[in-house]
Amino acid sequence: MTVRTDSIADHPDAASDGTGAAAARSGRSRRGRGGRRRIRGGLEIGLLAGFAVVFLFPVVWMLETSLKHQRDVYAVPAKFAGFPITFEHYADVFSSGSVLSTGFLNSVIVAGASTALATLLGVPAAWAYSRFPLTGKKHQLFFILSTRFMPPVVVVIPIFLLFRDFMLIDTLLGLVLVYTAFNLPFTIWMLRGFVDEVSPEYEDAAMLDGYSRFEAFVRMTLPLLIPGIAATAVFALIFSWNEFVFATFLTSSPETRTAPPAIAGLIGGTTIDWGLVSASAMVFALPVLVFAFIVRKHLVAGVTLGAVRR
Amino acid sequence: MTADEEKPPAIRVTGLRKNFGDVAALDGVDLTVPDGSFFALLGPSGAGKTTTLRVMAGLERPDAGTVRLGHLDATAATPAARDLAMVFQSYALYPKQTARQNIASPLRARRLRPEQIAEAVARVSDLLHIERLLDRRPAQMSGGEQQRVALGRALVREPRAFLMDEPLTNLDLKLRVEMRTELTRIHRALGRTFLYVTNDHVEAMSMADRVAVLRDGRIEQVGTPMEIYERPATRWVAGFVGSPQINVLPCRFDAGTGRPGRLAGDGGWTLPAPSWCPEMPDGSPVLIGIRAEDLTLTPTADQPCLEGEVYVVEPLGDRTLVDVRVGEAVVRVKAGPTVTLPAVSGPAGPRLRIGVHLERAHLFDATTERALRA
Amino acid sequence: MAAITIDRLHKRFTGQKQGAPPAVEELSLSIADGELFVLLGPSGCGKTTTLRCVAGIERQTGGDIRLDDETVNDLPPAERDVAMVFQFYALYPHLTCRDNIAFPLRAAKVTSAEIARRVQDVARMLRLSHLLDRRPHQLSGGEQQRVALGRAMVRRPRAFLMDEPLTNLDAEQREDMRAEIKHLQAQIGTSMLYVTHDQVEAMALGHRIAILNQGRLEQLGTPVEVYNRPATLFAARFIGSPPINLLDVTVTDGGLVSEGGLRLPAPDGPSNGDPLIAGLRPETLTLTAAGEDHTVDGRVLAREALGDETIYVVDTPAGPLRSRMPPTARHDVGDPVGLRHVGPPPPVYDPRTERVVEGKGAV
Repeated sequence: MTVRTDSIADHPDAASDGTGAAAARSGRSRRGRGGRRRIRGGLEIGLLAGFAVVFLFPVVWMLETSLKHQRDVYAVPAKFAGFPITFEHYADVFSSGSVLSTGFLNSVIVAGASTALATLLGVPAAWAYSRFPLTGKKHQLFFILSTRFMPPVVVVIPIFLLFRDFMLIDTLLGLVLVYTAFNLPFTIWMLRGFVDEVSPEYEDAAMLDGYSRFEAFVRMTLPLLIPGIAATAVFALIFSWNEFVFATFLTSSPETRTAPPAIAGLIGGTTIDWGLVSASAMVFALPVLVFAFIVRKHLVAGVTLGAVRR
Repeated sequence: MTADEEKPPAIRVTGLRKNFGDVAALDGVDLTVPDGSFFALLGPSGAGKTTTLRVMAGLERPDAGTVRLGHLDATAATPAARDLAMVFQSYALYPKQTARQNIASPLRARRLRPEQIAEAVARVSDLLHIERLLDRRPAQMSGGEQQRVALGRALVREPRAFLMDEPLTNLDLKLRVEMRTELTRIHRALGRTFLYVTNDHVEAMSMADRVAVLRDGRIEQVGTPMEIYERPATRWVAGFVGSPQINVLPCRFDAGTGRPGRLAGDGGWTLPAPSWCPEMPDGSPVLIGIRAEDLTLTPTADQPCLEGEVYVVEPLGDRTLVDVRVGEAVVRVKAGPTVTLPAVSGPAGPRLRIGVHLERAHLFDATTERALRA
Repeated sequence: MAAITIDRLHKRFTGQKQGAPPAVEELSLSIADGELFVLLGPSGCGKTTTLRCVAGIERQTGGDIRLDDETVNDLPPAERDVAMVFQFYALYPHLTCRDNIAFPLRAAKVTSAEIARRVQDVARMLRLSHLLDRRPHQLSGGEQQRVALGRAMVRRPRAFLMDEPLTNLDAEQREDMRAEIKHLQAQIGTSMLYVTHDQVEAMALGHRIAILNQGRLEQLGTPVEVYNRPATLFAARFIGSPPINLLDVTVTDGGLVSEGGLRLPAPDGPSNGDPLIAGLRPETLTLTAAGEDHTVDGRVLAREALGDETIYVVDTPAGPLRSRMPPTARHDVGDPVGLRHVGPPPPVYDPRTERVVEGKGAV
């Protein structure tokens, strides 16, 4: 029998043992527990509000900048409120033939395709790693994860050389392949956590019912994995959508650039159109925020690898 | 079905071995499950019962040994081809399907026509009284209801045999007692082979017509429930079957003045050896096993007795268990519900004499722990 | 050592659904100094919540907890000087048994000579002396639970609070530990409040038992009272295995008669024609030949030979009835048999209030 170490630290018995001395020296302050609780609650809210202000200020500022007229952007002292609102920067972002609208389109194609590929390949792999006794399973899994240890800047040069020989430089296909390769270890690991949570007995029962091994998975386990697959896909999507280093090195022409390098390209000339930069950044951030919001419950479950009950 | 020709056993496994890493889950298991029997595999957790069942079902591949189902050598067959139905401890009901769909699942997998399926589901839900549950999902059912639906999914076919893996474990006590009767009834109604895995000796005793006791991946004893209770092959089986646990006291055989001799306990007590006690050398260490109901607090004048002091008294309503300290050991005596004893307080309780029904006692070799018989 | 008084205890959890009954509702119990008192009930009945309120882990929303005459409502757990033993053993895995037991004393700055002496005493009482230098993972479940008990005992607290301490043990160890706990409690003489959902454990251990259901007290009594005369149908169903037979009966000519003709002695009070429910323990029904007077006839539906006794389930016009017989009885499944009641008048219940009908006077 094993002792559950995890529960000891926060165990009430352990706690009361630890302060057992207090029992002997009774007669010290005996303030009501309710009072303590109220003070703690207030403190927590104050602290969290402070963090929120610090973290959200740049985002709010960016939003404001994207809605200001050119002259208000540079106004001294800076205007927090009471400036006239304009959507001209947003119109510029989407004007036909602009570098940015092509960038967004490319981002959608590359991120969408690589996410779909990584998820499609990841599900069966995760199932196999979860259910079958494979030789050297632990080592294989570690090897798979280790490909994520390298920072992109380190591997981008060999990949560049490789891609040059395969004529993949400056193509969307090249980016899709790189992103898929980088996402796959992650999707396998995360999905394996979700598969582990589905009792293998469903598949055992289905096999005895008369289904084949694979049918049992598709009919019984797969439907239960859908929330997990969705959460995993969003993570993969966020990675490919936000990726900057590979996109900068492996693409150069405006036709193949994805949004991150395209937006970055706006900064660096003699005059910087901060309104346009802010507007494109807002447009760029929005889809990811929406997706993340939709699957937020599963994201938590995914990050903690199933430790949180869904 | 014709009764005149000799039927092969429903399931027969020989020489099953299975290792998980360094642990031998099955260490040479041979079992013959007669056709139509209610056969219980009894043992503590880790004894290999569930592994045996899973090997039979084809969910686990044995490292060595064969599985025969009727005339079929099924050692390498897929689960679907074995034509067995199984009830899982967790029920394994598909959460996204209604009870009806769950029950129909084995028939859909076998591509039966919808009207055949509907008819079979109706027959099973009538047998199990679950008509009103058919459109619910597992999450909308109580544990007992899920249990019945899981049974339904097994019973909807007419498989070679039904395998049940501790199906009552997750039910509360009252439901468990009721389901015991229910399973017996269903077994009689269907007349088919049930192979039932359990760690609860009461379940095995009350339902099965044959019981195999497993321990550490080996078969310890096979027999009818009463054989196992009344003639346990080893001290371990004697301890595992029966509640309260059998009292086992170490002692030495004293040939003394002739047959049958005496048993001298480590705590200073002596009892005459039972009349059937086999010949053995003077001073042989043996274990005497006496069930709580074979001890009495009201011994007759000439009954052999143990002496000790009351340790704990446990009134259980229909009986009272009295723990008596005899030397270093504590002996549990089953007494009537109205037994009155002075209350135990302080280190030593009142002293009393316990009568022993010696002819019903068991003797075990102290080293091999195997039963000694005449 | 102290008496524990629970006075109109009320507990509603924050976030509990509006309209849902509170976890504990107006519960009053007084546990005498030195008593072994059992709180029994199904999961969710409020027994553990009550225990946690007594320990101070949970704060009640109403009512008082007193240890002797001291109201401890506002004391944090550590200052109540009670010891709690949990379902899982909560031993520190990196410490030996000796250090685990000594831990509460070390925290209390007791001298090391005194610690050594007290650990020895406790270890001898729990028969742990030979295990003191082992670590928890080298022990069986029962041994680990004994160490956990030792850690609770060594502080010499005012009361022991036990939260289903035997749940994680296997059946054999559970029986032994049960006797061990009862013996120890009698020896030490410290009050013990013991929570369990296992009715056998409750009967075996308790000086008195309180049966809880949905946060309310169903019955309070000694094991024998609770078994022989359950106060409500709930208590009747909850105690006893195989379960009690609940039989619809009508008062006829000073007796109780069921469907199928089983005749039972009636208690004083109910008048002719009243519908009642009789609670018959399986051992008060005995199998006889079919067709005798005052019996109900039926067929054996199932026969469960348990070795020391045999349970028969008999299908009768009054429903399936369970009878507990000695192992010598030989009836086969399908045999026609009669069932006769033996013993004193059974408790009877009013079908509307579901409460036991008191002897004299009112229904």
